[in-house]
Amino acid sequence: MKVALFATCLVDTMVPQVATATAVLLERLGHDVVVPPGQSCCGQMHVNTGYRREAVPIVANHVRAFAGALSSGVEAIVAPSGSCVASIHHQQAMVARRAGDHALADDAAALADRTYELSQFLVDVLGVTDVGAYYPHRVTYHPTCHSLRMLRVGDRPLQLLRAVRGLDLVELPAADQCCGFGGTFAVKNAETSTAMLTDKMANVLSTHAEVCTAGDASCLMHIGGGLSRLRAGTRTVHLAEILASTEEAVTPRQSTSPAVPR
Amino acid sequence: MSAREEILGRIRTALGEHRAPVPDIVRGYRTADGRPTTELLDVLVDRLEDYKATVVRCLADEVAGTVATALQAALGAHSHGDVVVAPGLPAEWRPDGAVEDDGRPAVALAEHAATVTGVTVAVADTGTLVLDGSPRCGRRALSLLPDCLVCVVTSDQVVGGVPEGLARLDPRAPLTLISGPSATSDIELQRVEGVHGPRTLVVVLVT
Amino acid sequence: MSAVDLGMPSLPHAPRGVGHLRGDRSFPDAARESLRDGQLRANLGHATSTIRAKRKAVVDEVPDWAELREAGRAIKAATMARLDEHLVALEEQVTARGGTVHWARDAEEANEIVIRLVQATGTDEVVKVKSMATQEIGLNEALEAAGIAAHETDLAELIVQLGEDTPSHILVPAIHKNRAEIREIFLRTMPQFQEQGVDADLTDEPRRLAMAARAHLRERFLRARVAISGANFAVAETGTLAVVESEGNGRMCLTLPRTLITVMGIEKVVPTWRDLEVFLQLLPRSSTGERMNPYTSLWAGVTPGDGPQEFHLVLVDNGRTAVLADEVGRAALHCIRCSACLNVCPVYERAGGHAYGSVYPGPIGAVLSPQLTGVEDNASLPYASSLCGACYDVCPVAIDIPSILVHLRAEHVEAQERTTPEAVAFRALAKAMSTPRLWRLAQRAAGLGRLLSRGKPTLPAALPPPASKWTRTRDLPTPPRETFTQQWVRERGR
Repeated sequence: MKVALFATCLVDTMVPQVATATAVLLERLGHDVVVPPGQSCCGQMHVNTGYRREAVPIVANHVRAFAGALSSGVEAIVAPSGSCVASIHHQQAMVARRAGDHALADDAAALADRTYELSQFLVDVLGVTDVGAYYPHRVTYHPTCHSLRMLRVGDRPLQLLRAVRGLDLVELPAADQCCGFGGTFAVKNAETSTAMLTDKMANVLSTHAEVCTAGDASCLMHIGGGLSRLRAGTRTVHLAEILASTEEAVTPRQSTSPAVPR
Repeated sequence: MSAREEILGRIRTALGEHRAPVPDIVRGYRTADGRPTTELLDVLVDRLEDYKATVVRCLADEVAGTVATALQAALGAHSHGDVVVAPGLPAEWRPDGAVEDDGRPAVALAEHAATVTGVTVAVADTGTLVLDGSPRCGRRALSLLPDCLVCVVTSDQVVGGVPEGLARLDPRAPLTLISGPSATSDIELQRVEGVHGPRTLVVVLVT
Repeated sequence: MSAVDLGMPSLPHAPRGVGHLRGDRSFPDAARESLRDGQLRANLGHATSTIRAKRKAVVDEVPDWAELREAGRAIKAATMARLDEHLVALEEQVTARGGTVHWARDAEEANEIVIRLVQATGTDEVVKVKSMATQEIGLNEALEAAGIAAHETDLAELIVQLGEDTPSHILVPAIHKNRAEIREIFLRTMPQFQEQGVDADLTDEPRRLAMAARAHLRERFLRARVAISGANFAVAETGTLAVVESEGNGRMCLTLPRTLITVMGIEKVVPTWRDLEVFLQLLPRSSTGERMNPYTSLWAGVTPGDGPQEFHLVLVDNGRTAVLADEVGRAALHCIRCSACLNVCPVYERAGGHAYGSVYPGPIGAVLSPQLTGVEDNASLPYASSLCGACYDVCPVAIDIPSILVHLRAEHVEAQERTTPEAVAFRALAKAMSTPRLWRLAQRAAGLGRLLSRGKPTLPAALPPPASKWTRTRDLPTPPRETFTQQWVRERGR
């Protein structure tokens, strides 16, 4: 299958290894990956902060970047982010329609129908749970809010993780509690966000896992940033990076070193 | 312009000139119950006991004796004169020495230790007894002020769920839905039975 | 300007200077204080986790919960679509059964009506059933100013009133107090204990505290001539009012006094008697986590020989019609005040109810208060959420609170007359994100951030604001040398 990768603005700019891992994984599963040029952001941060008018050209850019891919044989668009895919599904058409751009809204809705979060794509579209990965670490999984409640990915990431050889999966207590990231919430309500993060970190640390994983780089940057500040040693690794790892090669460019070495 | 006219005008403005059609209401929830009466009675008892109510089952000709025994257990031996019953309570349900509510000022009912009433309907799934102000159930203050409430429920009054229960009621009657004794969860969200209403609820189930 | 905004009617909001819908501080400022209150955090954490577990257990046992929830949502939407007609029908039914209906444009008018009605009875004290509407309009303060003593009779309301505190939860206004603190308030303020002095026989066992409240209020119930209540539901078709409660204080108030005054928001009307079969299932399981609350009282007008012989119903707007005018925001009027959203909200659990500055705290408060007052009077509330969506999941009438929060944030942004630094930044970013060439430049500029790190894996903690808001408690990774797309093009050439 020909798959277009939407890296998302945060992953592309700050944690490129997550997009690399996604591409490596999909290619290993026998799919043809393209990265449409001109892609940037889904517009979620603007919409969620109140700049929904300003989000319209961002949505238009996203639609421009990916509509071409669909016409050149791409069957699915995949992103390593529950949050961005949720925004594509639930917000893009809405903001376009509200701004009176119904053609853009229709195009965005059509693209959304073909856009999948990574774990949904693997389990629902490709029908695989064992992606042939090897990851010899003790791992706990944090279900991010948008993948849990907006996309309803359910236990798909856990199905994928359970099939990873060498991986010791430990349950995260109070897993469904928000980590406190919330986009600009982390800055506008920094202290409440930190209080939420503290509890999330306490639960992560209580598992004695080496690695906390999730399907969203944004939440992981929040949790990982807190753990790193505490010099906790527990690191955050995106689900895509774990699934891309094999005996032959720990994922290219994968960050397996602690967030704050030495 | 009167406040009434102004508020109604504001609503009309808010909804706009061209009103959207009223959205459909799909009532896909359960409104009927196929469970046999014996099962409904068991569910009712389970729920009532979960609320810390005392439930006693008896046959139709044992009601008065069962009520008397239950009162004795709840109040002690010397309390017969303190019992007030709903004016329409069947004679064969009344314990010896009970007085009938004669419409005295409501607050005077507080002097009684216990009340005996019937009910209109009982909802098994939620353990709810409904009193409707009819002579058998008595006025609302009667089932409120005395500290011990005994309700006699007959098996034909028991329905499965809330929809079946409400369907049997007159919406214009003064209705009281009672699910266990008075309770509060206001302190640390832990349930404590017995605040202002009757602290003891006894249900006599006639089967 | 979007097409939808054009022609949006401007209807009056809840007036300033009366009632309790506005805080004197922004949410982050108020939260800062409560976050540091270890006792508050412990009390809230304990109480909310207790009630969450109870709710989940009794909701999970209902096989048709999803159908009930959908019916509840639909009934509310249908009600709002013809609100005027239902209110007129309600008025007709209540009047036909011996009640009197009053209409109040706002809090001030509602308070005036109630004061006038109480004064007409010749009494100078009233007993009250817990009611969000009367808290919202500041009725107790208005009564006091008119020389009328209002006795709250719900246990938690009593704790708040005796402690000269303010409510912090819709269902359990004293949720922020633990048993030891409540004991202290009772010992200090209840005459029955003051007489006994230090020997007062009161432990902090919840049962003993509840019994103290029973003793404290018993005599007040028996002598009261006027009661004031709110209403959970009012049935237009039959004129039936409903009050849902647990302790029996509601029944005392609704039954014993000669005069009953019920104050309710206009959105509480439901069209038909049958609709109650839905809400009487949804509400108790969502609020106290019980299959059914101990007592529900239903009455229509006046019943000779049973209960109050004079009944007044005060219908209050106080900004509700302004909420109704907003097609997205009006769903906030569907709220049945169960408080399930508060109990699951990670922000509420940590910041507490007082931080919201309104009688409506938590997620529903964050969408309701700003709409009742106008967004600019509560501009920080729509941002008091991480948009985690837990509130939407538990809402028994499926109010999409996160979407309304996002909508109100936009209303706030679009209401700014002067350009803020934030808006400048977001507009510049939008420009970059919608222009591939500029976006590549912006990414390269972000990559320059690695110069700040001097080879370390994270950026320094001491960054200028707003970055400092992040880095004060969280490390920020050093940006990579190359973005993913740059690397992809370099390696794959496309």
